[in-house]
Amino acid sequence: MTDALLAITVLWGFVFIYAVMATMDFGAGFWSMIYFNRTQTKATNIANRYLSPTWEVTNTFIVALVVAVYSLFPSAAYTLGTVLLIPGSMILLLLALRSAFLVFSNIASEYRKPLTYISGITGILIPGLLISVLPITHGNYIDFTDGRQTLDLVKLFTSLNEYAFIGFAISSTLFLSSLLLADYSKTAEEYEAYAVYRRDAIILGPISLIMAVLIMFTLRTEAPWLFEKMMDNLAFLIASVVFFIIGGLGLFLPSVTGGPKGMPRLTVIAITIQYLLASLVYGQAHLPYIVYPEVTIQNAFTDPNSFRAIFATYIAGFAILFPGFFYFWTLFMNDKRYLQQKPPEETKS
Amino acid sequence: MDDLLIARSLFGTTMGFHIIFATIGVGLPFMMLTAELIYQKTKDQEYVVMAKRWTKAFAVLLGVGIPTGTIAGVQLSLLWPGFMEVIGVVMALPFQIEIYAFFIEALFMSIYVYAAERIPPWARITSLVLVAIGALASAVLITNVHAWEGTPTGFRIENGIITDVDPWAAFFNPSFIVTATHVALSAYTTGAFVIASVSAYKLWRTEFNTRIYHFHKKALTLSLIVGGIFSLLTAINGHESAQYLHEYQPEKLAAAEGLFETQSHAPLVIGGFTDRETEEVKYAIHIPWALSFLAGNSFDTVVKGLKEWPEEEWPPLFVHTLFNGMVGIGSLLILLPLLALLWIKFLKRDRYPRWILSTFIASGPLAVLAIEFGWIFACTGRQPWTIYRVLSTADSATTATNLGVLFLAFTAVYVILGVSVVFVLLYYFRKNTVADDLHRAEQKGVPLYGSNT
Repeated sequence: MTDALLAITVLWGFVFIYAVMATMDFGAGFWSMIYFNRTQTKATNIANRYLSPTWEVTNTFIVALVVAVYSLFPSAAYTLGTVLLIPGSMILLLLALRSAFLVFSNIASEYRKPLTYISGITGILIPGLLISVLPITHGNYIDFTDGRQTLDLVKLFTSLNEYAFIGFAISSTLFLSSLLLADYSKTAEEYEAYAVYRRDAIILGPISLIMAVLIMFTLRTEAPWLFEKMMDNLAFLIASVVFFIIGGLGLFLPSVTGGPKGMPRLTVIAITIQYLLASLVYGQAHLPYIVYPEVTIQNAFTDPNSFRAIFATYIAGFAILFPGFFYFWTLFMNDKRYLQQKPPEETKS
Repeated sequence: MDDLLIARSLFGTTMGFHIIFATIGVGLPFMMLTAELIYQKTKDQEYVVMAKRWTKAFAVLLGVGIPTGTIAGVQLSLLWPGFMEVIGVVMALPFQIEIYAFFIEALFMSIYVYAAERIPPWARITSLVLVAIGALASAVLITNVHAWEGTPTGFRIENGIITDVDPWAAFFNPSFIVTATHVALSAYTTGAFVIASVSAYKLWRTEFNTRIYHFHKKALTLSLIVGGIFSLLTAINGHESAQYLHEYQPEKLAAAEGLFETQSHAPLVIGGFTDRETEEVKYAIHIPWALSFLAGNSFDTVVKGLKEWPEEEWPPLFVHTLFNGMVGIGSLLILLPLLALLWIKFLKRDRYPRWILSTFIASGPLAVLAIEFGWIFACTGRQPWTIYRVLSTADSATTATNLGVLFLAFTAVYVILGVSVVFVLLYYFRKNTVADDLHRAEQKGVPLYGSNT
């Protein structure tokens, strides 16, 4: 494995981790808004209990991702920075409003409703814009003339492929987050909330799969080079669909651990594998291009000395952070005292 | 305005807004940690209440500090792709390590806030120490990038191509330690004086000798002690920073002092405005020989004047005023705690008169202002370069045009965030009074940190 390939694999890993965490984060914010008035189901409460301690950690991953791009592939960062000025700025503006109002909604309880609406709506728009980076890297919307790079926004936003990606991002966000929250509420023994999120997941799962098929369908004409290379790995794509079916079964089979029907933990794992396989196929087909057809992992790669130093910090950083992540997980994902605590409104002194 | 100026204004506005939250975000955890440690040592409930209230304020400020920091980090690539391409090759390490610091801060901040009542005291202290370290480390590391822009090392340029990259030599560039220390110390100073401001305002409004009055007085005393120590340390280190400028970026020092002619026995110029036409600083106080002495510890030190360089390489001359503002406020912040000491310990008074309280109230906003002056001085004083004598600002900027709309959009969002963060803080502390928190702290089994209403 060459250094450049190792580097792009690390980067792909960050993209995948952030994508999963961000869908859960933005989705939880959205559900928290949707079920705001249905207090008896505790669905909003469950969403907030997941979201409050995790959003900062999730947000850190997007910075990690951007830093990884410019430290591993500086000239790709040049091209991406130049062409993503407008979409990137839109993401940043929405993200700023979303994060701030999410925090404010937890502090200013009297104004919680409008604040939750602002953070919920801005939050659900972000995945749609974030995923637009992918079709942009397919190169169709970038003008590379005279050594300058410009993004053709009109062409981008009139392309069906772009909308397939946006639809996929938003439906996947809602699908993955409702699944996670179903699992979370079952662990917390909040069965009414579990029923709500299980139902949402059952509706959204097929929609996200249809969107994925739509992406492939439009890719065929818009980026044939990518489509054909993805189809070379048809076996993986089929395996991905198989895991989708396993995940679906997990929601209908009787529970092993007791409680209502379904094994949401199994579904979360199966669906994560489904997305992992699909994104592996996409990522591999995308190689060696970072931005088609000008920027490849070879011509954008950083200085070898810098790469070695950065890679060493990845290993050291992971070793230092892993216990922290583990402790965090035990306190917020696995501690019944936290999962089952009463909402803040009920702890009036 | 041309696109370069708009790009600079946009990034400057982002940074100018972000550093308010970033600086307080470094300073507050130190104050929280101090209060928490005093509480664990003395079991005086008032200190845990302080720690809780400052933690809540910190959490709200993070709600703006984190997203604006994300904007700053990403905008670097969007607005300055030419600059970030060089940074990516040579100076990516501090950004990379900063990510780990962010993670540590984010993980343990959540643990400290949302698990405070479920974890033992030692785990609380450890979490808070890690939050403070994470916050400090991210400030130090990002300042390292700034330091390297002034003293770039760890690479060579041959025919426009970067070669011989030594990322650790770049990381430990000559001005790293002194510049990062300056930012860290001044952040601690600012965090302390922001607390002093609020406490002094509360003392002004609270009836004398009540329980609440004593609570705020305790907080004021603690913040003045911390603020006094760190403002003094900042000044000592600031002197060292100026000597580094003399050695590594002499035109920045010349512009800071409005010095046109190279000379020994150079005067220190305080106040006034630099006039490009007459080549002098108008309405200023001149202290003979002092600049030479400050720059090199001897009156014979030759300090280079602006005329050593072609005029197009001069930094903007208004940096003289920014430099003066920073130093002036810094000096005032050393004097305020001494005034308090004199008043309480030596004159044996039991309360501060209104004129002293009003200077304390002003100290927090002034400290933030000094941070802004210092930062604008440091960055505009490096112009026309982003990387000193390697890469010009014009060559760093995006080739995209029509940035005006973005400038307006970002400014509007900063206004919205700035107004709402003040509103939310005021709302929260009005709903959760000190009396409420003291009451909660005294009862067993009532969560203090989880309390919100």
